[in-house]
Order: sequence, then C-alpha cells, then structure tokens
Amino acid sequence: MNDNHTSPPSEMELKVKALESLLVEKGLVDPAALDELIDTYENRVGPKNGAKVVARAWTDPQFKAWLHEDATAAIASMGFTGRQGEHMKIVENTNVIHNLVVCTLCSCYPWTVLGLPPVWYKSAPYRARAVMAPREVLKEFGTEIGKDVEIKVWDSTSEMRYLVLPERPADTKDWSEQKLSALVSRNSMIGVEKARLPEES
Amino acid sequence: MNTAFPGLLHDSGKDEQQPVFAEPWEAHAFAIAVKLSEKGLLKWSEWTDALAEEIKEAKDQGNPDFGNTYYQFWLSALETILLKKNILKKSDLKSMMEQWRRAYLSTPHGNPVKLVKYK
Repeated sequence: MNDNHTSPPSEMELKVKALESLLVEKGLVDPAALDELIDTYENRVGPKNGAKVVARAWTDPQFKAWLHEDATAAIASMGFTGRQGEHMKIVENTNVIHNLVVCTLCSCYPWTVLGLPPVWYKSAPYRARAVMAPREVLKEFGTEIGKDVEIKVWDSTSEMRYLVLPERPADTKDWSEQKLSALVSRNSMIGVEKARLPEES
Repeated sequence: MNTAFPGLLHDSGKDEQQPVFAEPWEAHAFAIAVKLSEKGLLKWSEWTDALAEEIKEAKDQGNPDFGNTYYQFWLSALETILLKKNILKKSDLKSMMEQWRRAYLSTPHGNPVKLVKYK
C-alpha cells in the first residue's frame, strides 16, 4: 500500500468536485453560498419548525382555521419561509380520517417545516407501497389505524406539498404550546405515526 | 433494522437524529442544484422532472432504490440537465474530473487536496 498520496475518492465525489469547480469558474455558483446552504439544512432547518406549527394549531383555533385556508401564509407568519415552503397544504387527522404523505415520483417534501426527507421517504418501497398498501406501511412503522378510519394518501409534487396535522393526544388539556411541540415527531407530520403520548415524551 | 424500509429506525426520535447527508459530496450535489434553481438557471419543476426520470430509469434497470442511492440519482440528474442545457460541456467535465483525480494522487496523505491546473 502506498501511503504517500491521498487516494482518489469515488467517481461520484470526483464528479461533484468537477461540476462545482466548473460552475465556480463560470461564476454560476459561489462556494461560500454552498457551504451556508448545507449548514442550514444540516443544522438549522428541521422538523422542530413543523412541530411548532402543529402545537400552535392545537392551541389556537384561529390559527388552525388560517392554516386550512392558506397554509403557506399561516406558516410564513411563524417565520418559516423559503425553499420548498411554497404551495403548502395542511391535511388534518381526525377520529375518522388518517392522512399519509408520499411523493410517488421523486421526493417532494416541505423543507421549511420538516427539513430534508429521511432515507426511507426517498426509497422505492415507500413510494410504491404507501399508495398500494398504506395500512401495511403504517403497521411497519408501528402505527395501528382502526378499520373504521379512512386512510387518505396525498402525493406531494413540486406544485403542492402536504403537512399532516396529527390529532392532539388526550390528557394534554393544560399543556403549553412549547410543551405540546415535544409530542410532535417528524413522522407524525408525514403521517406514518401518531403524535407521541404524554407518557412517551 | 426494518426489512421493508432499510434505513428506518423504529424509534422516530433516533430516526430524526440521523445525519441529513451520508457523505459530503451528497451535500454539495444538493446545494449546487438548489443554488442553480435560485439563480434561475433551472426551474424547480424542470429539476424534479429530471430527478424523477433518473429514479424511473434506475427502477427499470432493477435498482432496489432503498433511498440510500438517492443522491446518486440527484447527481446524475444534475449532470444530465447541465449538459442538456449546454451550461457545461461533457469534455470539460471529463477533463476536470481527471484534474481532480490527479490532484488527489499528488497530494501527500493527510494534507488538504487542492486543484492544481495542468496547462
């Protein structure tokens, strides 16, 4: 083994390096702006934003009505704006409807409120089975949905991105918005799980 | 490990703590496409179409596509769209990749790799 040089990286890594160098040379991309964008999605934007939106909807009926009317604007009022946050729609779980979100073609996802999607959301099995066998998929996530509850599957696109408003867990009557937001997992806002129960938080 | 969805941890709390990008190149491929769309060099719908096409092609070729190869599709879509729009030339990309390969090979182990122009 020769330790005198750094081994070349994978073809993928070389290709990204080459694309970036060429685009920087042409002045189309600024390396500092790339780093800043990466830092945003690695560290600053994530499902905690969505959890705050859900907790407010649980405690403020007027805000919830606004969310239903114009989710993009209501969410923007909390400071969550920007990329992939346009064309938002809220779908609310009730005791008779459970909503599930998928992107059947690629991985459209509401970045401003959930960050970037998890690995399984981008997988072919989820894309296909969420539509064909949603009940089974939910079971694999440990989520049992009663037979009398209708499951609605929403296909996110670049034109419309869905956020599930999970049901507020029982026995949380006097809870503050902040305390409630800890019950709202990312998966509950995709619809593969329910909100956490008070004893689970 | 869930067999239906590799990469899924049953405890969603832990699942949320998984790194957003598995490797640095994924992050860069992601950021380049987003920045180019912000500059108006590609429309986002045009981008999702290109990405969906890569994913479909992979599926047609029998790739199980468990989500862990997602940024490979992303990168292929980026390359395809940049070449198609004549923003980059294939020959330039090839030679730039070769320059980076040589830069790695000529950098002493442990030092940061920098691109040196071979003229």
